[in-house]
Parts: sequence; C-alpha cells; structure tokens
Amino acid sequence: MTDLRLLLLSPADNVFVLREAVGEGETLVIDDQAVTLPNRLDRGHKIARRAIAPGEKILKYGAPIGSATAPIAMGEHVHIHNIKSDYTATHVIERKQEEPAQ
Amino acid sequence: MSGQLRGYPRQDGRKGIRNVVAVAYLVECAHHVGREIVAEFRGEAVHLIGFPGCFPNTYAQDMMEKLATHPNVGAVLLLSLGCESFNKYQLSEVVAASGRPVHTLTIQNDGGTRRTIEQGRAWVEEQLVALRRAETVPMALDELVIGTVCGGSDGTSGITGNPAVGRAFDMLVEAGATCIFEETGELIGCENIMADRAATPELAAELRASVAKAATYYATLGYGSFAPGNADGGLSTIEEKSMGAYAKSGSSQISGIIKPGTLPPKGGLYLMDVVPDGEVRFGFPNISDNAEIVEMMASGCHMTLFVTGRGSVVGSALSPVVKVCANPDTYRKLEDDMDVDAGRILEGRASLDDVGAEILGLIEAVASGEETKSEQLGHREFILTYKSFEPAGPACLPSRG
Repeated sequence: MTDLRLLLLSPADNVFVLREAVGEGETLVIDDQAVTLPNRLDRGHKIARRAIAPGEKILKYGAPIGSATAPIAMGEHVHIHNIKSDYTATHVIERKQEEPAQ
Repeated sequence: MSGQLRGYPRQDGRKGIRNVVAVAYLVECAHHVGREIVAEFRGEAVHLIGFPGCFPNTYAQDMMEKLATHPNVGAVLLLSLGCESFNKYQLSEVVAASGRPVHTLTIQNDGGTRRTIEQGRAWVEEQLVALRRAETVPMALDELVIGTVCGGSDGTSGITGNPAVGRAFDMLVEAGATCIFEETGELIGCENIMADRAATPELAAELRASVAKAATYYATLGYGSFAPGNADGGLSTIEEKSMGAYAKSGSSQISGIIKPGTLPPKGGLYLMDVVPDGEVRFGFPNISDNAEIVEMMASGCHMTLFVTGRGSVVGSALSPVVKVCANPDTYRKLEDDMDVDAGRILEGRASLDDVGAEILGLIEAVASGEETKSEQLGHREFILTYKSFEPAGPACLPSRG
C-alpha cells in the first residue's frame, strides 16, 4: 500500500509528488513501509520512491529531470540539496533562517 | 457553440475580439506623455504600448508593426519625441495600409508635453466615438489564435494547469484553431519527445535545434529560465520545470516553428522560438512573463492562457490573458486574480478533461466579450526590449513549403 497523499506520475518514476503539504513528524506509507518526515514539505515537492544512488537519474513523468548528487533514502525529500540539473545549474536566493520559505 | 462568437472584421481578413485604441510611445522619452493620454480614459479601451530604446532594432520595429495591426486594435496613436531612431514613418504607413486610423504626434514639433497630451487625448476621444459604433460579424472557432505561457510555476503547474491547457489545445486544434506554445528555454530536456510529434522529419530536426540553441544561450548567460520561487514550489531543475511546461502543448501534431511576429498559417499547433539567433546579445531572451505575452500577441494571438502555480497576477495591453491557477492553495489566496481553478484536479474535485473543457468554454466566452479577471482589474502590462532574429528556414513551416 502507498499513501494517497503521494502521486506517482509514471510507473517508471523513482519519485512521488506530494498532493498536499505534509507536516514535520508525520508518517507516510510507501510500499507498506512507514517513513517519518523530519521537516514539513509543501504541496508539489518530491520524495524518493526507493533508495537512489549518487549519479542516478531522477525520473518524473517517466523522464529524467536531473541526477542525484548524494545518496537518497526511500521517503527522503528530493530537491536542490541532493539532485542537480544535467543542463543548467539551478539558482536560488539564500534566505535568513527565521524567514519561512512559504 | 462557436456560432455565437462575434468579431471586429479587419481588412486583412482577420477578426478582433476586442476593439482598442493603441497608444504607442516610440522611445522612453515619450512614455510619460503616453501615460498621461491614456490616464484620461481609465476603464475604457485605450491601451498603452511602446518601445523604450533609442537605438534602431529590426525586431522591435517588426514587433511594433505587428502589434499595431493586431486584430484587437482599431486605431493607433504614435508618440514620438522627435529625435529617436525608431522608424515612425514606416510604422505609420503599415498601420494606414491595414485600413486603421493612425495619427503621429511628435513632442518636439507639437508644443511639448502639455500640448501633445491635449492633442493626443482629443484624437483618442474621436477614435473611441467611432470604435463604439463599429459593427461585429460572426466569427468561427477556427479563426481564433490562442497562445499559452506559464509563469510563477511550481510543483503543481505540470500536474494540473499545464496538462489542462494541453487538453484545451487538443480540442482547439481539432476544431481548426491555431495554437501557439513557446519558451524553448523551458523545453530543455523535452527535445526528443517533442520532436517525435513533428509533422515532418525536417521539422523534428528544427525542433531539436531550437531547444539546443536555447540551452547554449542560457548556459552562456549563466542562468536557466528558472526563478527561486520555482524551487520554493518544489521544482528542482530546469528539465523538471520543462516537463511541466511542455504539457501545455497537449498531444497534437506540431505543424511548425515560428519566430516572434510571424503569423502562423491557419490552423494547427506551433512552437514559437523565442531565443534570439546568432551570438548572445542584448541579454536574456524574455526578461519577464509579459515579454512572452507580447510576442504571442505579435504573432496574432487573440488571447493568452497563462498557467501559474505560485500566483502571477499580470494581464496585458491589447489582448486578454486567461489565468489558469494550478495550485489550489494559491487559488484560495488569490481567487480574485484567477479565472480557472485547475488545482481542484489535485484535490480530486475535477478531472483534467473537466478543466480542459472549462478552459475551452472560457475561451469562447472571452472571445465573445466576457472580461477576464485581469481585464476587470485593469492589468495592462506591456514590455518590449531588444532582440535579433534570422528568418526561419523552410523546414520550420512545412505546410508553406
């Protein structure tokens, strides 16, 4: 069983998309395994469907959207801290810690 | 349903869904005079467009000629300072040849700021009186040209709003309408799946080449077409954003590639190649979403479908912008700015087909005169900057070959 809050866009994908925000400490179920989120994640963010090794392609919509830059555990947030573009680097603004991202 | 559409007939055979007086400044130095003229007609169909530069640019000249003869434009007032490089004589001739009333005011010859404003207001007032009497004629769905862009994208854009617009595009193309999608810099990573939809193998090669050009261009500039807000919304890379953006194109066959300002042959789906040709000059291809909308209009789009996840609020001068909101949280926060709540797909309250059909219905309503949210709110953003293009090769428009 997999959590209904997780959207699988293509059977080939190694990431799920969150259909809604999931709070810190909440548990998601992936293939009958419970995964607890260490941080709140907003709607539209991705988590790993299975363990992903550094250098492995990230697949979403059945298409490669970049490569892992670090080992990613099942259920872990997949984002700019652990994947990179295979084309052009992603630019983000450094934020002050107290300022929430949303 | 399309029998109810009515449009303003133009000499070139196209029909407008709006009938506006365009006030066009031809250098930044005439911008204030233009703003003051238009301010007199708040809430009326008098829209300000213009080009700020004092150096000549073939692209900007062509864009202004195409915009001033856009089917939604009924009359044109040109505002010149007097010493700028813009070829106002050629622009005036093009507008006059299109059968539209055109008048040029030159601030240096017409008595300065105050007297130019007065003369401009008087001329616009006369045109409004005439345009209010203009008759409409029946218009068919296949006479519409519809563009799509996305801006303020997040992790929901590519799941709800963009594929819903893709469904609407499929229905429009099926009905014989012309649809244009764009931003080759946001198709990076999609070049091969897109090329598979080309009408001919030569066009497939051109589609791949247009994305390769964009990748090189953005790599030279050091930034992809990716804003920090995209990452906040869950998008991690340009190719992930691209896959979402690509969904706007639907699943129809791709009939050709056009450059900004090219009027596509009637009917079908076209990719607009917005990245300049040749060496990197003049900076980023489109510095903001409104530059994309302006190029859509220059290629004849009657309206533009704008998909947003984070929540763009912009509209446009000259032609309506339909705001499709991909994120249900954003919709709840910015409901007054959004025309379509595509995020309900994510909450199980509608299917992609439901929202696609809703968008098609809204296109018909807007083409029949219903104001979009951004029109109601008075959004009339406009931006045009420097670019350079070479003519498209024969493989780009196989149906013309």
